[in-house]
Amino acid sequence: MTLARVVGNVVSNQKDPSIEGIKFLLLEKIDPEDLKGKNDFLVAMDSVGAGEGEIVFFVAGSSSRMTVVTNGKPCDAAITAIVDNIDMKGKLTYQKD
Amino acid sequence: MIIGRVVGTVVSVNRSDEISEARYLLVEQCNQKIKGTKNYHVVLDALGAGEGEIVIVSQGSSARQTRISNNKAVDAIVTGIVDLIEEKGELVYRK
Repeated sequence: MTLARVVGNVVSNQKDPSIEGIKFLLLEKIDPEDLKGKNDFLVAMDSVGAGEGEIVFFVAGSSSRMTVVTNGKPCDAAITAIVDNIDMKGKLTYQKD
Repeated sequence: MIIGRVVGTVVSVNRSDEISEARYLLVEQCNQKIKGTKNYHVVLDALGAGEGEIVIVSQGSSARQTRISNNKAVDAIVTGIVDLIEEKGELVYRK
């Protein structure tokens, strides 16, 4: 799994019928030490109700289809957790408020 | 599999992986000399690895081939805690 920040929404009106009603979010991968963006972006399906600005981690590849939301869907990246805190080298680098 | 060093933990209450009491570690990928590469992964841990330990991480669909991760939304799992690494007859790491 990879840490990322939700930086926006991606909306598509013309899409595969099987993925109607699923929310797509734009993610930017982050460095867990300073939480800065790595300028590396991807689109992921949301299975936890994440919102803009939140730190999440996502699952990539076939494992991303193992959530209730993405099961059997053409998905290769799914947000599976909203992060509450990150502890790194004995220091709290992130705490959700 | 990759070699990595456990550098921390990631805590989340709101998850969709349906694994009760899942423990997620922050692992920094290492090269063969056990030097960090600044590439970080969030990895499910079922072995009880602690901070500072060198671990083997399985990625992709293979990460689902354990009892706790079977058919779960997991793409990285700790499959071993490393005791020793030897390269060309030279000891690189000993726990």
